[in-house]
Amino acid sequence: MPTATEAPARIPEIIAHKVEPEPKGWVSWVTTTDHKRIGILYLVTTFVFFLIGGVEALLMRVQLGAPDNTFLTPSTYNALFTLHGTTMIFLFVVPIMAGFANYFLPLMIGARDMAFPKLNALSYWLLLFGGVVFYLSLFFHPPEAGWTSYAPLSGGTFSETAGIDAWIFLIHLTGISSLLGAINFYATIANMRAPGMGWGRLPLFVWSVLVYAILLILALPVIAGAVTLLLTDRHFGTGFFDQSQGGDPLLWQHLFWFFGHPEVYIMILPGFGMISEILPVFARKPIFGYKAIAAATVVIAFLALLVWAHHMFTTPSATIVLVFFMISSFLIAIPTGVKIFNWVATLWRGTIEFKTPLIFSVGFISVFLIGGITGVFLAVFPVDWQLHDTYFVVAHLHYVLVGGSVFAIFAGIYYWFPKMAGRMLGETMGKWSFALMYLGFNITFLIQHTIGLDGMPRRIYEYPDVGHLATYNLISTIGSFILAVGILLTVINVVRSMKVGVEAGPDPWKANTLEWFTQSPPPVNNFDVIPRVRSVEPMKDIRRQVARQAEPPVELGPQSTSGSGH
Amino acid sequence: MNRMRAALASDRSRNRRRAFALAIASCLLGGLALAGGASADFWTPESGGGSENAESIDTLYKIVLAVAAIVFIGVEGALIYSMVKFRARKGAVPAQIRGNTRLEIGWTLGAAVVLLVLAVVTFAMLDDIRTPENSDPDGYPTPVVADVKNASAYQPRPPNGRSLKIQVNGQRYVWRYTYPDADDNPLNNTFNYTELVVPTKTTVTLDIEAQDVAHSWWIPALGGKADAVPGHTNFTWFKIDKPGFYRGQCAELCGRNHADMVAQVRAIEPAAFKTYLATKKREIAENNAGALERREADAAKDASANDAPSSEAP
Repeated sequence: MPTATEAPARIPEIIAHKVEPEPKGWVSWVTTTDHKRIGILYLVTTFVFFLIGGVEALLMRVQLGAPDNTFLTPSTYNALFTLHGTTMIFLFVVPIMAGFANYFLPLMIGARDMAFPKLNALSYWLLLFGGVVFYLSLFFHPPEAGWTSYAPLSGGTFSETAGIDAWIFLIHLTGISSLLGAINFYATIANMRAPGMGWGRLPLFVWSVLVYAILLILALPVIAGAVTLLLTDRHFGTGFFDQSQGGDPLLWQHLFWFFGHPEVYIMILPGFGMISEILPVFARKPIFGYKAIAAATVVIAFLALLVWAHHMFTTPSATIVLVFFMISSFLIAIPTGVKIFNWVATLWRGTIEFKTPLIFSVGFISVFLIGGITGVFLAVFPVDWQLHDTYFVVAHLHYVLVGGSVFAIFAGIYYWFPKMAGRMLGETMGKWSFALMYLGFNITFLIQHTIGLDGMPRRIYEYPDVGHLATYNLISTIGSFILAVGILLTVINVVRSMKVGVEAGPDPWKANTLEWFTQSPPPVNNFDVIPRVRSVEPMKDIRRQVARQAEPPVELGPQSTSGSGH
Repeated sequence: MNRMRAALASDRSRNRRRAFALAIASCLLGGLALAGGASADFWTPESGGGSENAESIDTLYKIVLAVAAIVFIGVEGALIYSMVKFRARKGAVPAQIRGNTRLEIGWTLGAAVVLLVLAVVTFAMLDDIRTPENSDPDGYPTPVVADVKNASAYQPRPPNGRSLKIQVNGQRYVWRYTYPDADDNPLNNTFNYTELVVPTKTTVTLDIEAQDVAHSWWIPALGGKADAVPGHTNFTWFKIDKPGFYRGQCAELCGRNHADMVAQVRAIEPAAFKTYLATKKREIAENNAGALERREADAAKDASANDAPSSEAP
């Protein structure tokens, strides 16, 4: 028992000329610089974009559900896949990772906010306005050149309407948003870690956000430059991508993919980080090969900058280019494989608790593996000559981005919702959501490999009734609706659990990292006391310490049992 | 009492969990089995029976597929095994292992070796895929093809240097084929749209170009894609043994009617091909002559129409 005789600490005197009352209601959300509130704004906004992008996908699947369908016009169909791809990449997967990082990165490293809170708010608002500018194109003419906007199709001659310009401004606005966010994450991680948290004790999610930030900083300026050249080509006749004026359409492809491939890893690495956090918690076992996973993340980022031309194997390119990019794409499979092996090894000999976050994580490993393997098919460039731009590629990229990123995001939602809302998400509904999503996802996309192998190119609004194409496409369309119902269940679950969810308490999962040290939801200042970090699993140490203090000292003998009598 | 109820509840939920996991596993396996049984080409590209380069790509694909299947079964097997074996059970203690350097090095090297094997196999097969064969002795007689100037892609020729070189031009939303001609004036050359007629037993090399936006030439049974990019010349080849039709379509988004930009290759006997070329040439000449006559007639009519008012004007 601490004695009460110590003199109370002097309360510091605060002098203020004027105290503004705390803003309330929606004003408090618009003016907030609290990383947790910004994180929630990010998560909600990006999820809304996810649902919009999902509806676009369903419309396309309806069109493709039958051969020679006339549900959509070619122009609408092209606009839909452009909107869908752009939305899912620039307005959902990349920024939702920033949303998770915003909320949890400071908490996980024991900081009280991000390094630059106002910059953080600016990042969010730029993202929102980027999305709004892009979707306003629906009122004049949405872009139709695909999310890759290849020149010369995206140039002034072949895309006269301003849809492409809306796309360019989306890239600029969300690009600046992500760039500022990345600088903020980097500065926060570099400077604001809890005492004792060296690089070797950084949670793996934070490692992945660090690498995500570095990749964004390296890749985004390239696409910003490329779309600026496209903009001047379109409006001032600069001809950078016009072969008749000394430019080259292939220049666009190189610049785009120099950004575009790192972008893939920007979208998947934070997901890897989440999986690396969640698996050990529910296997009740430390992560297998912490250093190997952190190192693999860094190696992936380095190689990610060297594989871009594997998107261009069918363009007129020198053989040395084909060979180099095949080898570099093979190389990147190695650290990715290492991660998968380490995750399986983490589960090995654990005591696995089948809670929804764990189920989503295991689902992630099982389907991401397929995306990784089909990536090797596409890296073998002669094989790619057959598979490139077919539904095989569509299947591959969805196995990586839905099977990978989206499943990781859902694992993250189920894992961290209790911290954000103070209440648990419904387990039963969560498992149903997973079951439908997993089933729906595999029905939709597994068959698309075969559709591609049968010779159906991507981005076509109709196909003839030859071979099994009609049946396969119908299966895929049915699957997409099952997937949609699964996603909807989680939306309902989230809305419902905010009101009726079981109280979570600070640490419902008995997890390893510092965000579980504080209340749920955390107070504005996050932590009253920031604990000293002594290992990569600080919460495990803290729980052990609490247990040691709570357990009666042995030498006191009979006295200690008297307390438990009532 | 409470504890008992809790234990019962957890038992029930465990059973439900087990049923749930079983349901998912059986769905997956069932789906895979069904898919596997459906047909052999479920897993492989639709590219046999056309040209030798397509066959080689097919073989390479199957080798990659075999390696992939082993990796897939190994990893998914380990994952499913640990899911079943290491479920949380009463009294089970999780092993507090933090890693194993030897294992890490082992699987890193293992993955590297698998990929090295794939790379070696690819290089071994590359020549078969990229370098055209000689035409058969009874093929259509073709001249030695001159080196292409300003070609941007690697353009190997058959060992004897002889091939039927056809220029393929992608334009929204149709393919134009131009056949070689003895004279130097390309405006006189025989051409056709959409359907490319070629002789069998003859090596055909294609120079692929685009006129407006990027397109991609692709006939699955006759080899991989070759993008047609404005300002560049891309290259592919094929040699067809038996007469027949080979279908494909543009594989690079080129605008609203990209889906309708189809292509078809019709292979006919060399003798028939000779006749085809002659007929085509005559047709084009007749059409051109007809067009010329019409144009002259139109011009004459315009002239007289213009003359009439001008004579009345003053």
